[in-house]
Amino acid sequence: MSANLRIFWFLLIGLFSYMEGFSAVIRISPGQSIQKAVDGASAGDTLRIASGVYQQSGIVIRKPLVLIGENHPVLDGQMKGNILIIAAERVTIQGFKIINTGKSNMDDSAAIKFFDSKNCVVKDNILENAFFGLHFSNSSGMTISGNQIHSNALREFEVGNGIHLWKCKDSFITNNKVSGHRDGIYLEFVTNTEAVENLVQKNMRYGLHFMFSHDNSYIRNTFKNNGAGVAVMYTKNVLMKENRFEENWGSSAYGILLKDISDSEIVGNIFLKNTIGIYMEGSSRIEFTGNTFQQNGWALKLMASCDQNTFKANNFTQNTFDMSSNGSVVLNTITENYWDKYEGYDLNKDLIGDVPYRPINLYSVIVEKIPAAVMLWRSFMVTLLDRMEKILPTMTPDQMIDQSPKMKPYDFG
Amino acid sequence: MLKLLKYALYDILKSRFAIIYTVFLALVAISIYQVSDDLSKVSLSLMNIMIMVVPLISAVFATTHFYNNLEFVELMLAQPVKRSQVFLSQLLAVILMLSLSILIGFGLPMLLWGADSSLITLLAVGMILSAVFTGFAFLASVMTRDKAKAIGISLALWIYFSLVYDGFVLYIIYSFADYPLEKATLGLVMLNPVDLGRILMLMQLDISALMGYTGAFFKQFFSSGIGMLVILMVLSIWLVVPIGLSGRIFKKKDF
Repeated sequence: MSANLRIFWFLLIGLFSYMEGFSAVIRISPGQSIQKAVDGASAGDTLRIASGVYQQSGIVIRKPLVLIGENHPVLDGQMKGNILIIAAERVTIQGFKIINTGKSNMDDSAAIKFFDSKNCVVKDNILENAFFGLHFSNSSGMTISGNQIHSNALREFEVGNGIHLWKCKDSFITNNKVSGHRDGIYLEFVTNTEAVENLVQKNMRYGLHFMFSHDNSYIRNTFKNNGAGVAVMYTKNVLMKENRFEENWGSSAYGILLKDISDSEIVGNIFLKNTIGIYMEGSSRIEFTGNTFQQNGWALKLMASCDQNTFKANNFTQNTFDMSSNGSVVLNTITENYWDKYEGYDLNKDLIGDVPYRPINLYSVIVEKIPAAVMLWRSFMVTLLDRMEKILPTMTPDQMIDQSPKMKPYDFG
Repeated sequence: MLKLLKYALYDILKSRFAIIYTVFLALVAISIYQVSDDLSKVSLSLMNIMIMVVPLISAVFATTHFYNNLEFVELMLAQPVKRSQVFLSQLLAVILMLSLSILIGFGLPMLLWGADSSLITLLAVGMILSAVFTGFAFLASVMTRDKAKAIGISLALWIYFSLVYDGFVLYIIYSFADYPLEKATLGLVMLNPVDLGRILMLMQLDISALMGYTGAFFKQFFSSGIGMLVILMVLSIWLVVPIGLSGRIFKKKDF
């Protein structure tokens, strides 16, 4: 029986390797040079690297190869330059623990660096103490999944980005955990890319940072406790869906900062305990629906340079201030949201309040001008002033109103 | 001392006022719990009561109590007991009663319908403010001979600390808006016990907004225990100084 089974497996493996074009499996153990093995392998081969420590860096791969680490073999760059440099198609890097890259802005030292590559996979690696974690330029069809990227740098200038894509397209970034880097995920000139279910926290600057990156989507990611939250700029056609933006605290920390973003959708996200939930300027035609703003200092800072944005059916609860703005011109639509500060009534019982809600209160205007004034918030004097302003608006923009505030919060599950 | 305190406390607890006050607080808390759908709304509404009503009632009640008990105090002073003990027993009795009322009136509904850290802080703030304003009231009482005048002074102090002072600070902030005012504002707020209690609550309810302050100093002040510690220390100064002052006057006072 067992002999039969062995022959069966033998045939099966033979068949598969035939189909793969006779790709070989090369085993590497500690002490051997990975670079030599790579040079000796032919396109399509699989390199299995046994667990252990490899103090090697600057490994260059220029052909389609599959590199698989067994039990996370350690590639230790000993603080010198890049560790893996790849410029090829169909390369897979899986299951490595890559540590200690060089720390230099001259060559942007990275744990794994891709140039001009196509259809590569970076999967289940652990990156520690790298300057840049994963660095991609001019590549397409990348799959980046299940990597854990962590840096122990103390200051922002001592470290690069966790996942860095420049001029890439058609890529998929999923299930990664990034912490302690400068920007968690950084995209510049990246198009048609999806980021799904990543956990990005405690990075020095931004959790997610992109510019000129059109047609991308960000779904079910968590951006938590990053130095300045998430900042995205100069981009159109973005979809942000069901992400969580949490605990971004500081004088210039945002759940999201939207600068010059247009024609986008921000749907079903949760903004929890940020100093500023969303700050937006110069942005147009963005649809905000089904978002939850909870316990933020300011749920929304909507600068007067924004136009044609729609805020519809969102929940605003337990925020210190629901909204603030820097001007009185209102070119945006705010409608059918639930505001927990709404004190109106609903006589016809259609669950929509009969009097409109003004999300900007007097004191948020004052605090916008004089930040120190926040110290007097909730004092009797300030409550009194706010009440008076509600009855006779003088300082708050009277066009900024929700004409049909909901009486009950939406249940987004 | 303990015996004196015991009688003073008996006396005060037997009065209808203690019961009415407790029931009033309990009714307020229950009704707020009934209308509000989440705990943070409850603590917001209760906070307004705590910061406005509790100091007012404490001040007025403590002053009237002092004068109502003046005959008993005079009688005691004729006995071979220390003046400071007579004074402290009266004061402690009032503080204990007011705190107990808050603890029962607000605490029971909290036990029934749940509480979070901000509500617990609120209880503490209420008790501290009661004690501080009892101190003020006793100071006002020993300073004059006239009950009406003393009540007037207590009320004036209450109006000053809960309304006028904030307006004054707001005016200063507005006038000097071009200067960096963060530390100055924090300093000014320290000069008002009601504001301190309010800041303790802000640290629970509005921490995200407070963190919008520029500078590492504030980040540390509000997010770590240091801020809480400093505020509690300054509050204890607000508690001890009026009491100490009134105690000294009481000792030398010719009744």
